[in-house]
Amino acid sequence: MERFSFIFIVAGLLFFALAFATSAWMPMLPVRNLEVRTVEQLASVPPLEFYELAEQYPEAYHTAFGDQAPEAAFEEALRLGHKIYVGEACWHCHSQQIRPWGNDEARYGRKSYPEEYHNELNMPPLWGTRRIGPDLIRRGGKQSNDWHVAHFYHPPDVNPVSVMPSYPWFFEDDGLTPNKKGLAIIAYVQWLGSWEPRVEETVYEIPYLEEVYPESEVLVPRKAVEEPPAGEEETSEEEFWGE
Amino acid sequence: MSQSSSQESPRSAPAANEPPWIERGLVKGHLIAAVTWLAIAMFAGLFYSLQLLQHWPLPKIEVLSPGRIRMIHTNLIAFGFLTNAFFAMLCWTVPRLTGQRLAAPWLGKAILGAWNLIVLATFVGLHLGEAQAVEWGETPVWVDPLVVVGAILVWIQFYTPIVKTKEKSLYVSLWYFTAGFIWLGLTYIMGNFFPQYLVAGNAAGPLLGLYIHDLVGLWVTPMGWGMMYFFVPIILRKPIWSHALSLVGFWGLAFFYPLQGVHHFLGSPIPMFAQYSAVVSTIAIEIVVTTVVINFFMTWRGSEGSLRESIPIRWFWLGALNYFITCLQCAFQVTLTFQQVIHFTDWVVGHAHLVMFGVFSFWIYGMIEHLWPKLTGHEWWSPALRSWSFWLSALGLGAMFLTLTASGLIEGFMSMHLVPRETILATVRPFWLVRTITGLSILGGFSCLVFNMVMTARAARIAHVDTEYAPYERFDDEEVTVGAV
Repeated sequence: MERFSFIFIVAGLLFFALAFATSAWMPMLPVRNLEVRTVEQLASVPPLEFYELAEQYPEAYHTAFGDQAPEAAFEEALRLGHKIYVGEACWHCHSQQIRPWGNDEARYGRKSYPEEYHNELNMPPLWGTRRIGPDLIRRGGKQSNDWHVAHFYHPPDVNPVSVMPSYPWFFEDDGLTPNKKGLAIIAYVQWLGSWEPRVEETVYEIPYLEEVYPESEVLVPRKAVEEPPAGEEETSEEEFWGE
Repeated sequence: MSQSSSQESPRSAPAANEPPWIERGLVKGHLIAAVTWLAIAMFAGLFYSLQLLQHWPLPKIEVLSPGRIRMIHTNLIAFGFLTNAFFAMLCWTVPRLTGQRLAAPWLGKAILGAWNLIVLATFVGLHLGEAQAVEWGETPVWVDPLVVVGAILVWIQFYTPIVKTKEKSLYVSLWYFTAGFIWLGLTYIMGNFFPQYLVAGNAAGPLLGLYIHDLVGLWVTPMGWGMMYFFVPIILRKPIWSHALSLVGFWGLAFFYPLQGVHHFLGSPIPMFAQYSAVVSTIAIEIVVTTVVINFFMTWRGSEGSLRESIPIRWFWLGALNYFITCLQCAFQVTLTFQQVIHFTDWVVGHAHLVMFGVFSFWIYGMIEHLWPKLTGHEWWSPALRSWSFWLSALGLGAMFLTLTASGLIEGFMSMHLVPRETILATVRPFWLVRTITGLSILGGFSCLVFNMVMTARAARIAHVDTEYAPYERFDDEEVTVGAV
């Protein structure tokens, strides 16, 4: 037990191989038949928000993606957005994994399942180990493109306590129009969770929280916009302001 | 020239029974590289903590984006500081333990150059946003093959003397080194190539967990323990207390440590059998590594005065204590009950700092405290700075650990009780402010150490002219002259 060859073979190789078999190879078995989807497959149905981006920023969109079909453009955006997401270390403060405990499900939706991760953009998966910001795996569509544009430029403008860094290099010099990077990262974030049916966040449906935190804006349920009563004209601007 | 020019100058004077083939230049080179990378990594950590206080000092510069700086902090600690310092330690210890030369002098220089080129490439690559999504292995994909080449060079350089040695039974440090070298290569290949090119999603997740875990457990820990087993008996001038416990500690680590990677992703879609087995083996290893801590403290028992007299032993002692706290913490935090609360919070950050800084970096500080006078041939320039370095680092780390653990618990429980994230952020902010201050304290301690190192080296250069061998001898009263064990 104190000789080189024994230590090298048993501890160095054998124990390592044993661990690889039990903790890496065996967990692979249940998912071995799952298809790994390519980015091209993922991009075959761009989410609504991507079309909206093209409408909202036609010039920037055209400069970035040219005259490609929306699917091809979305594929390019997904790849670039994923690269930015990794390169800017977004995944070190945002998890992409909803656990079955710790009230994660009440906060972010049903727990994660393997099929969500079996695609090229999860090689390696971006589960993350720290959650300073919210979990993002189902975040797509929860906020509008406009919100993301303002938020990426300077997060504290949108959310005063946010500690997320500003990303002015996602924007043209005017600070209003996202450039290719900005479009791509917004496309990526809006894509997350687009495979799930979209529902209101469960957190809004927990009544006792509103009693505990009555002043929190976050917990106030979104009310449907009240339709003006029929037959009544909307107040015109002049009437509103008076003389 | 001085009157004593006929004598050997202190700088080149080897200790009394030092084998002539110890390459001091290599040891020194690796140490200087390690300290340089640590300086950058510490500033990176400090800056990132300022971002969490909404005061990023370098706004609107793309290459200095806070997220990239965060990855630089962790990667430079792992590959720049710890690994370089371990190479310095290996160049010093392996020839003494085996009585053999390292494979080749040019190989030593090649490793020094190649490894720091790797770290530099990682540094530049991360700044350019080329990271790979492997935690603690964010090295860009185009650097990964180079790291494997580096590992192979390390195998050749350090396995050669271990194989050639005439000792039939290796000393305990060499057990750890023997296993650690091969583990480094295997771990790196497993973590950086498999999930990137071969498997996706749920099949790749366990590999990431294994990688993070094995880099700590199968590279940093074996090197750290090997270092402890070498330097502590020398400084205390007595053998390790129990050989049997050494055996239990090593074989326990070798068997249980690799089995636990999945515990970094408890609650993920990884099958539960893998999660449970990771939890059980983690609890098992905490019992096993406690034997090593017992071995340290029983060796130290009877030399209590050494804490006052010898700064190196102080570092090793505090490191061993921190290691015990870490292990105790591990055994609890790995359970699913704890995980519900503390996963994804600052608790984990505190834990990481306790083990990487509070244990292994402290031991490396201890090694530097012990070796630097022997490398420069001059006693420490300022004894006061040595104390300052110790207390600033120790208190800074202790406070940082406490504040992060506290904020982690608060964050975890608030999160579990569905408190809005805005409220959580506002609540933990004071803790983060304290964390930045503790970080400054740690940086202060490090600056004292580095300044002292520089001034010692300078003093040695000046003293070269007219000082005799005396200071070195005088210093040796404090600690034993290093020799073959």
